[in-house]
Amino acid sequence: MMDLSLIAENAHLFAQGVWVTITLVSMALAGGVLLGLPMAIAQSQRIPVLGRLAQVYSYVFRGTPLLVQLYILYYGLAQFEAVRASIFWVPLSNAYVCALIAFTLNSAAYVTEIYRGALLNVDRGEIEAGLACGMTRRQVMWRIIVPQALRTSLPAYSNEVIFLLHASVVASTITVIDILGAGRTLNAQYYVVYEGFLTAAVLYMAIVAVLTLCIRWLERRYLFSKA
Amino acid sequence: MKALHKAALLGVAIAMGAVTSASADVTKIRWGTEAGYKPFMFKTADGELTGFDYDIGNAICEVLKAECTWTEQAWDGIIPALNARKYDAILASMSITEERKRVVDFTGKYYQVGYRFVGKSAAGLTIEGLEGKTVGVQTGTVTENYLRAERPDITIKAYPTQDEVWLDLAAGRIDAGFANKIVVQDGFISTDKGAGFEMFGPDYTEAKYFGEGTGIAVRKQDGELKEAITKAIAELRASGKYQEINAKYFVFDIYGE
Repeated sequence: MMDLSLIAENAHLFAQGVWVTITLVSMALAGGVLLGLPMAIAQSQRIPVLGRLAQVYSYVFRGTPLLVQLYILYYGLAQFEAVRASIFWVPLSNAYVCALIAFTLNSAAYVTEIYRGALLNVDRGEIEAGLACGMTRRQVMWRIIVPQALRTSLPAYSNEVIFLLHASVVASTITVIDILGAGRTLNAQYYVVYEGFLTAAVLYMAIVAVLTLCIRWLERRYLFSKA
Repeated sequence: MKALHKAALLGVAIAMGAVTSASADVTKIRWGTEAGYKPFMFKTADGELTGFDYDIGNAICEVLKAECTWTEQAWDGIIPALNARKYDAILASMSITEERKRVVDFTGKYYQVGYRFVGKSAAGLTIEGLEGKTVGVQTGTVTENYLRAERPDITIKAYPTQDEVWLDLAAGRIDAGFANKIVVQDGFISTDKGAGFEMFGPDYTEAKYFGEGTGIAVRKQDGELKEAITKAIAELRASGKYQEINAKYFVFDIYGE
């Protein structure tokens, strides 16, 4: 039934797909943390205006499907002559960049919620201890609250990592050849079904396996070794 | 057990098909199609299927006195869904190629046209000049397979539907498109988006890549349905019904030689 030689012959296609998926997801995750952490702080500290803006942001991006966000960014914006004539067209004309922007903005919204909860849950005693030692509120934030929140949110954040990896398949709908894109290309070229999809599934599982090991290590190192 | 049961039923069905006369007991045809291919198969403003393929399908059912239903399916899964029995036949401007014949059977052709490139008139593109350029095609089509085999010098961008190729060509993300020339004309050049675009290069018809015309695909074991539809197409040609439908969409006979 399965034609394994077909997969072997197209190994380069899948290798390229793995590279695209990994770079896309890791850059989006990094960008998500850089955007999401300040927003989470703004929300948890109830900073006027900024806190509210962060709330609206996360509502909008968590309230709409990633695929819709990607289509609006990729096909929607391209409809406007003004956009095509502007400097923004340089990045927006590239499908990979559009996917990266959409994933980053989307991940930032989820990260904001994860960190907001974790920031609020930091033990009051630790904060008071910091203040008693003479730290300023800013010092308490960066030396105690943020590190503690990053630590305790590891399990929730690891879920977001895996979620984004799987959600990244939508990139294949705007011509990006990621892992699923490679599978679809193979299927379309040879009129097969299982070969492309199963290979893609196995590759995603392999990446998740490696990720899980990394997360376990991080958790052992930062979450359970309090002594 | 269940598989055995199914196999036995299938055997009986095949045996029955062999003894009954063709076309006599085709009472229902479930068509599978994809609707991003104007003027062959597209949707009206209120979401109804329409187009040359749609009219031909309904006319075939009229001839066979069969009941027709239509199911939409994304192009990249259109053959697998046929073999998974989601519908009985694909009527979606599918070229009859050797590669596809390995997995499905085809009726005789119901039309035949060439394939052409399209790009911005101002860019003055030529076939040779496409080297290093980006060309958009619908994924899993004869045009994609041709480019992959014959033009390694071109960057290929494959889209789920033909309509998305037109969107990106108009937006300037790709330098050229490559498709059935009627679709290029009616689906793009004569629309608002396609102003300032024109076709270039020759008519591609080479059977090795572009097939022996456009046919209707059926499952390999459905010989009876294949015969019935092939006969119905011939009957449509003979009765003048085909020419009537043809005139609705085209100024020339699209059946080819």
